[in-house]
Amino acid sequence: MLEGRKLAFRYGEEREWLFKDFDLRIAPGEIVGIPGPSGRGKSTLAKVLSGYLIPQEGSVFVDGRPLSTSGCCPVQLLFQHPQLAVNPRWKIEAIMRESEEPPPELLRGLAIDPSWLGRYPHELSGGELQRVCLVRALGSQTRCLLCDEMTSMLDSLTQVSIWRTLLNIARQRELGLIVISHDYALLKKLCARIIPYFED
Amino acid sequence: MTTNLFSRSTPWDLRTRTLMTILACITFFAVIFISAWLYGEQGQVTNLGLRKLPPSWERPFGTDWLGRDMLARTLKGLRLSLSVGLTAAACSAFIALLFGLAAAMLGRTVDLIVTWLVDVGMAVPHLVLLILISFACGGGAKGVIIAVAASHWPSLTRVIRAEILQLRSADYIKLSRQFGKGPYWIARRHLLPHVIPQFVVGMLLLFPHTILHAAGLTFLGFGMSPHTPAIGVLLAESMRYLSMGLWWLAVAPGIALIVSVKVFDMLGNNFRALLDPRTSQE
Repeated sequence: MLEGRKLAFRYGEEREWLFKDFDLRIAPGEIVGIPGPSGRGKSTLAKVLSGYLIPQEGSVFVDGRPLSTSGCCPVQLLFQHPQLAVNPRWKIEAIMRESEEPPPELLRGLAIDPSWLGRYPHELSGGELQRVCLVRALGSQTRCLLCDEMTSMLDSLTQVSIWRTLLNIARQRELGLIVISHDYALLKKLCARIIPYFED
Repeated sequence: MTTNLFSRSTPWDLRTRTLMTILACITFFAVIFISAWLYGEQGQVTNLGLRKLPPSWERPFGTDWLGRDMLARTLKGLRLSLSVGLTAAACSAFIALLFGLAAAMLGRTVDLIVTWLVDVGMAVPHLVLLILISFACGGGAKGVIIAVAASHWPSLTRVIRAEILQLRSADYIKLSRQFGKGPYWIARRHLLPHVIPQFVVGMLLLFPHTILHAAGLTFLGFGMSPHTPAIGVLLAESMRYLSMGLWWLAVAPGIALIVSVKVFDMLGNNFRALLDPRTSQE
């Protein structure tokens, strides 16, 4: 479903290639891990795959068609810091509705408390806010989810609850899941396949 | 005796108090405008039988050397200064909004030109610029408004430009684009809610500057003509009579000016507290 063909990216002409001739194929419902130390370009790869950055070479395909630049992107990226991924002047309700109206069972599944809706982002904790971002990213158009160090800022209990819910949703909706993390133990626990491209 | 820091026994919460303060400030200005209007011609009428009277219960601000009631003159002066200040602040803030938007959205060349203009505007001393422009425009209320409007926009322009530049690279703006939102939608829903409070608060905080500079210009003789009862004119006139012991001519209008500037400053700060999500729900 999600496919990257011969991807290459670098920031500027005279800089080193962060990755080159990178191929990737993910089937619906498949969970893939990308480990590697900091600063190797994992996050850049995530941004390329989700359409935030245009690769210098190669291209990204979804269901055989190139990733479109207009309309709601079927590949959604989840950031490490949810505080930076929400507008601080919007209330939680508006944030979750930005892509579309979230179904009530999704809110229940992610344990979104109705009392949050009237609050501002700074009035929620990191884990709560990350779940809000997850609701927003799980619109009906979404086919594939890229989790870029999504839970590395959270405590282990919150990590477990978020991943458990997300794996359930991914299984039900046959979402492709790419988990990017430097935490190898987490990836081994979550993923069926690991791509060691960015490792030593 | 012990005091508990955490249970302040105020009858209202902070939000209500902020709203009450804003209401009180607006009432203050309404009172000035309405009473100045109610006084009618009284401030201009000379009554030589009542010359140089010190403040009393009947005439709280006293009378001047022509027997004119100083309270009436001060109120009328404030009304004129406030309208001049308000017009100038509004023009200035509007210029700042346009330039700030243009600098942040229209590419490098426009940005360079605007930032250069901002630097020039900030490097020239305000009063020199004010006197030059007001003089070139022929003085009067028009000259003062143009001069103040043309010299006060740079700092707010800088704030608005920086705000938009910073927003444009924010993760949630890029995310919004990934949700298929167009530039117009993003500008209206994401950028405007950030810029409008800056604009309103910037304008309210510009206002004290504009009144003081308008009064200063008039005091120096480059602003309003001597027969209009502007605060600056009142203060300039009173200088000649201070040595004769007519202290109330300067003190009463001076205090009135300071109080109204302070009230406007309060209005601006309370508005900011109300519009910022970090403080608005406290």
